[in-house]
Amino acid sequence: MKYVDEFRRQDLARKLSADIKREADPERQYNLMEFCGGHTHAIFRYGVQNLMPPNVRFVHGPGCPVCVLPIGRIDNAIQMVQQHDVILCSYGDMLRVPASDRKSLLKVSAEGGDVRMVYSTQDALKIARDNPERQVVFFAIGFETTTPPSAVAIKQAQAEGLKNFSVFCNHVLTPAAITNILESPEVREVGSVRIDGFFGPSHVSSIIGSQPYEFFAEEFQRPVVIAGFEPLDVMQSTLMLIRQLNEGRYEVENEYMRVVSREGNLKAKGLVAEVMELRRSFEWRGLGLVPYSALKIKKEFAEFDAEKHFELPAIQVNDIKGCECPSILRGVKRPTDCKLFGTVCTTENPMGSCMVSSEGACAAYWSYGRFTQTNSEQESVA
Amino acid sequence: MCHAIPAQVVAIDEASDMATVSLDGVKKDISLALVQDVQVGDYLLVHVGYALSKVSPEEAERTLELFAEMAQLDGVQP
Repeated sequence: MKYVDEFRRQDLARKLSADIKREADPERQYNLMEFCGGHTHAIFRYGVQNLMPPNVRFVHGPGCPVCVLPIGRIDNAIQMVQQHDVILCSYGDMLRVPASDRKSLLKVSAEGGDVRMVYSTQDALKIARDNPERQVVFFAIGFETTTPPSAVAIKQAQAEGLKNFSVFCNHVLTPAAITNILESPEVREVGSVRIDGFFGPSHVSSIIGSQPYEFFAEEFQRPVVIAGFEPLDVMQSTLMLIRQLNEGRYEVENEYMRVVSREGNLKAKGLVAEVMELRRSFEWRGLGLVPYSALKIKKEFAEFDAEKHFELPAIQVNDIKGCECPSILRGVKRPTDCKLFGTVCTTENPMGSCMVSSEGACAAYWSYGRFTQTNSEQESVA
Repeated sequence: MCHAIPAQVVAIDEASDMATVSLDGVKKDISLALVQDVQVGDYLLVHVGYALSKVSPEEAERTLELFAEMAQLDGVQP
């Protein structure tokens, strides 16, 4: 596949690996957080960690929308199906996530609830058109990449005069979450969690551009390199971060020039701004309440807002006992530090959200990394 | 969740603002609501049924050249 295969070449990976080993200063530790679950997945799938010297370590961040959505929001979705008899349209990733009382959307569907997996918001609109007598709700989750398609669907529903379509909006924002991690006590207090630099997300940045990262590169004095999702992209970006750290720089650099510009996708950003606005705060699994970290639907579009339409209550649910997802999402613990990992919690039977989504750190460890304890892991554990 | 895939445009339907893209031969109809100035032959980053942005062939080439250059400097054949 063009623009994919070229960025997975083994010979160049070996070369980049040698460059990184040569340029990484053996006297220092490089803890680099990949915010995005897509990078976590790439790092494990292609064994990128094993191509790094022991002092270069990837810290997995919270950039997996399925993983950070609090259980209460899934309970809300289930409520709409069971109490309001809606057709709930959801991306496939959400269906198996455990909710309260050992429920999940998949189980609700097995019990007769009308839950439909859709690939696109366009499919959800079609279901609404085909079922005018039923209320159809789109369970909108995701970062800035999936937000514009939700905005388009709302605009389209308005233009078509669809009266039975609404969106349950759970869209969250990347820069707010990164700022939250950098301000957390674990990162601020010396000797706890150290994060020396960040990989900026690939496709989130195609929408928001590289500009939003400039604030915290400057404010927190950490370098950011926006990286593509292929293994060579991740390796090249690692080299760029190492160079910045060696030279004492903290700038926003862009390795993923073929897609990401400084200003991002203006058309998509404009559509989102027209339909949605900031929430004062939003709960994230692992991070707690994060100010201005999510979007809600504007008043002008209230008739398409499922939260208003069904008057959904805020539900507080504790995480599953023993599950370390919250610490794993902050980069404080590793999947292997969790007692449930690989014992009662596996990809076949996930207990925590980090195991459900293929982009979750636990799923990546379980699927690709469980047999290869890397040098750098042993090193940093020791 | 945020992993889009590059696919080539094979046809455009301006009336519906949709395009047909080819993903290694597999055809799919996607929305062009989020992008501008798309031509047949362009590569688009496709995600959840929408094109998120165009892939720049020049920039892709430049990134690949960067890898290759470094390889040549060290006498490794790309």
